[in-house]
Amino acid sequence: MNWPVLSVVTFLPLLGALLIMLMTRGNSPLAKGTARWVAMWTTLVTFAISLVMVQKFDASSAEFQFAEKHDWLGVASYHMGVDGISLPFVILTTALMPICILASWTSIQKRVKEYMIAFLVLETLMIGTFSALDLVLFYLFFEGGLIPMFLIIGVWGGQRRVYASFKFFLYTLAGSVLMLLAIMAMYWQAGTTDIPTLLRYNFPAGLQTWAWLAFFASFAVKMPMWPVHTWLPDAHVEAPTAGSVILAAILLKMGGYGFLRFSLPMFPLASHDFTPLVYTMSVVAIIYTSLVALMQEDVKKLIAYSSVAHMGFVTMGIFAANQQGVAGAVFQMISHGIVSGALFLCVGVVYDRMHTREIAFYGGLVTRMPLYAMIFLVFTLANVGLPGTSGFVGEFLSLTGTFKTSVPVASLATIGVILSAAYALWLYRKMIFGTLKPALEGIKDIGLREAVIFAPLVILTILFGVAPKPVLDMSATSIAQLLDGYNKAIGVKTAATTSNPVSVAR
Amino acid sequence: MNSLNDIYVLLPVLPEIVLAVGAMALLMIGAYAGEGASRFINGLCILLLVAVGACVVMLPGGRAVLFGGSFVVDDFARFLKILMLTGSAGTLILSLDYLTSEKLQKFEFGVLVLLATLGMMLLISASDLIALYLGLELMSLPLYVIAASNRDNARSTEAGLKYFVLGALSSGMLLYGASLIYGFTGTVNFSGIAAATKGGASIGLIFGLVFLFAGFCFKVSAVPFHMWTPDVYEGAPTPVTAFFAAAPKVAGIAIFVRATVVAFPGITHSWQQIVVFVALASMVLGAFAAIGQKNIKRLMAYSSIGHMGFALVGLAAGTAEGVQGVLVYMSIYVGMTLGTFACILSMRRDGLLVENISDLAGLARTKPAMAFFLAMLLFSLAGIPPLAGFFAKFYVFLAAIKAGLYVLAVVGVLASVIGAYYYLTIVKIMYFDEPAKAFDVMPGLLKLMLGVAGILNIVFFVYPAPLLGAATVAAKSLF
Repeated sequence: MNWPVLSVVTFLPLLGALLIMLMTRGNSPLAKGTARWVAMWTTLVTFAISLVMVQKFDASSAEFQFAEKHDWLGVASYHMGVDGISLPFVILTTALMPICILASWTSIQKRVKEYMIAFLVLETLMIGTFSALDLVLFYLFFEGGLIPMFLIIGVWGGQRRVYASFKFFLYTLAGSVLMLLAIMAMYWQAGTTDIPTLLRYNFPAGLQTWAWLAFFASFAVKMPMWPVHTWLPDAHVEAPTAGSVILAAILLKMGGYGFLRFSLPMFPLASHDFTPLVYTMSVVAIIYTSLVALMQEDVKKLIAYSSVAHMGFVTMGIFAANQQGVAGAVFQMISHGIVSGALFLCVGVVYDRMHTREIAFYGGLVTRMPLYAMIFLVFTLANVGLPGTSGFVGEFLSLTGTFKTSVPVASLATIGVILSAAYALWLYRKMIFGTLKPALEGIKDIGLREAVIFAPLVILTILFGVAPKPVLDMSATSIAQLLDGYNKAIGVKTAATTSNPVSVAR
Repeated sequence: MNSLNDIYVLLPVLPEIVLAVGAMALLMIGAYAGEGASRFINGLCILLLVAVGACVVMLPGGRAVLFGGSFVVDDFARFLKILMLTGSAGTLILSLDYLTSEKLQKFEFGVLVLLATLGMMLLISASDLIALYLGLELMSLPLYVIAASNRDNARSTEAGLKYFVLGALSSGMLLYGASLIYGFTGTVNFSGIAAATKGGASIGLIFGLVFLFAGFCFKVSAVPFHMWTPDVYEGAPTPVTAFFAAAPKVAGIAIFVRATVVAFPGITHSWQQIVVFVALASMVLGAFAAIGQKNIKRLMAYSSIGHMGFALVGLAAGTAEGVQGVLVYMSIYVGMTLGTFACILSMRRDGLLVENISDLAGLARTKPAMAFFLAMLLFSLAGIPPLAGFFAKFYVFLAAIKAGLYVLAVVGVLASVIGAYYYLTIVKIMYFDEPAKAFDVMPGLLKLMLGVAGILNIVFFVYPAPLLGAATVAAKSLF
């Protein structure tokens, strides 16, 4: 079988969007239904084909697989492929998309057609970001995602949607344009923008520093890292439920993926030099945003801040630059994708019923919504990082990795684990336990559609908590190769510096 | 036999000859046929431009120098002539319905556009300072007239007058600069000037260069000679504004590039700093000044100032890659401009044109297709991938990075982020705001123009090779 499976997975959603555009007219119930069903089937088929990739993926090889390469720009080529680091993200994207479509089934009633088109286009751009093997192509997908997300927040968002969408767009764009300049500088230095070639290229130390900073500007905003995280709570609060899910589960992961794909292997010397900076920012993010989360009155804002804190563990794990740290970071990103996505869906469930996200409005939901309370509990505990849930594995591994390189950083980060338990359980107690608020008397427990949405997420959260091996195995070889190259580059440098004092002394 | 040979030598100027003869023939026909035939004649003008474009394409390639070295036809000239003719023909197509409905349908309009186009063709091929000045004036004089073509409208006549006075001043400066350059090098020919400035330049020559650049900057509306742009854009009839935004910009950039790259390669470091400053100032001013605008034509004026700044980033690099970037930039810019003006010309409510940005409110609800294409064009103007405008910026900045102009590149991309803000504001008004009263039905020609420009803009990334290849060849012919 020689069909370009990766391109099919990437561009199938775009085809679905085109189909919706051509098939539906106006805003009749029929048009809405068609748009929904076409989007649903497109995302389901895309997911099914991406599973074919999993099945055929050779985890023992660190090479890029399902590779395709065609001439394109002259400067850049259309080069796609996945390895053990990118494939999990591709699957995460394709798996969450049908869930997002289903979650928007009834809550989105205005401009359904445009909504589905925006989501499908966004899916193409997200998969493309993770599977592009050319820097310019990567940038194209990475930045292109801004347009549909901007519209999703702005058109279907809440009260302050205009402010949030502008902030999201301009923050991300400002970070990314600097990365574009670094890509150009790399092109003139190495003569190509082909990622596999650049992974083997040794950039001079000076260029590494500048390019690292430029890439950092982009990924740190996307991640988001403290102190450039402020766009995230706004964007999350204002976005519609499915938009928040995509934002938290996938768009944030592009930052972490970028660090793993570019910063660490291409600029190892600069990464090594800047590790203290990343550590500092990560620790501040973990502790500070956890404290901020404790003070929130809006459910979505609380979860948004908890996302920033969890991303702090990810950056910390990545820059620990050892097998445990990086594997933990990758796992944490996948797990956070499932758990935070599910938490936003949980908020969406009550928001659809009561149209408010104020924590104080809720209380005693367990009496009216026992099933909902159960599901919410699973994800709350996973968010805290309770052993047996997927949240634990990622946090544990990234902390272990960090302990190996820096005990103080890891110790401080552990405080964050405690704080996360504090705000997550506080939120749970406020909303689910206590006396039932009179306004909530008539609230209904989750229905079949919602149960279908949550079932796979609950199963995955617990499954990955008990048996994380499939995910860890998938990326292990690629991570090992990444770290091998990184340590070699650092080793050469350390050897050079240890021989240097002699020459200086002379 | 000898005379036949003489005529054969003129073959490379055939497009210009066809255009000149055709324009005059149409002028005669118009004068005899009377007012009723105006729309027909303006239609013929479009056909003539297409024929001229076909001439440019069909004539044998390679490099030809005529008239004692004052006129050159090379790949660079061919590329830009096709582009400029596209811009001219496109704006004439845009103007047909407008002129009829505003009762401005006069055959002189089309003929004046043809004459201005002829001037631009000469300008693009000019290879000495005399031909440069002749082409520039032949281009400018019809432009002054058509800016004021809505005679009974105070804003239009004001625009024409303002453009004329400032244009005359800039022509004077350019002429003064040209005379200084002639005085210090003893020649008006670009290659002669290049030979004379090989080892460096005297301060007098630099003076001349500065004045020459002042003239160029005026024509491409680059800072600090941009002041006329917003007023003229706002005052002139909208199709004329579209014409100003497309064709003369191409010709102006063409001569800017040719004159600097061909005539002054020996003193690159001297003119480079001027171009860097002009590009920086244009990008930054374009980005900031557009934010406060409420009139969409005025906004497009500031946007075009910014875009000229981006295009000049490529020239600042002073390399073949840079020139290629400029060519790609101008091509995409012309496409985006035509598409955007097709939308602006369709902003018509109960038969009356409206020009405020707030009139676009809720367009996504009332006219989804138009809103979609306009939004894509605006994202493209902002330089967001995967739309065409991103590639335009990509190539000029690529060249700037290679030339080591890091500060220019960093400030430039940051200016593009600020610029993105006001484009986003328009998208926001179209998509997020509550709908205002719907616009009238869009005329077929405008739909066609918007559709073609919009689709090319969106799918450019699928197959960019033809444009990039042509631009590479064209840029190489200058070096």
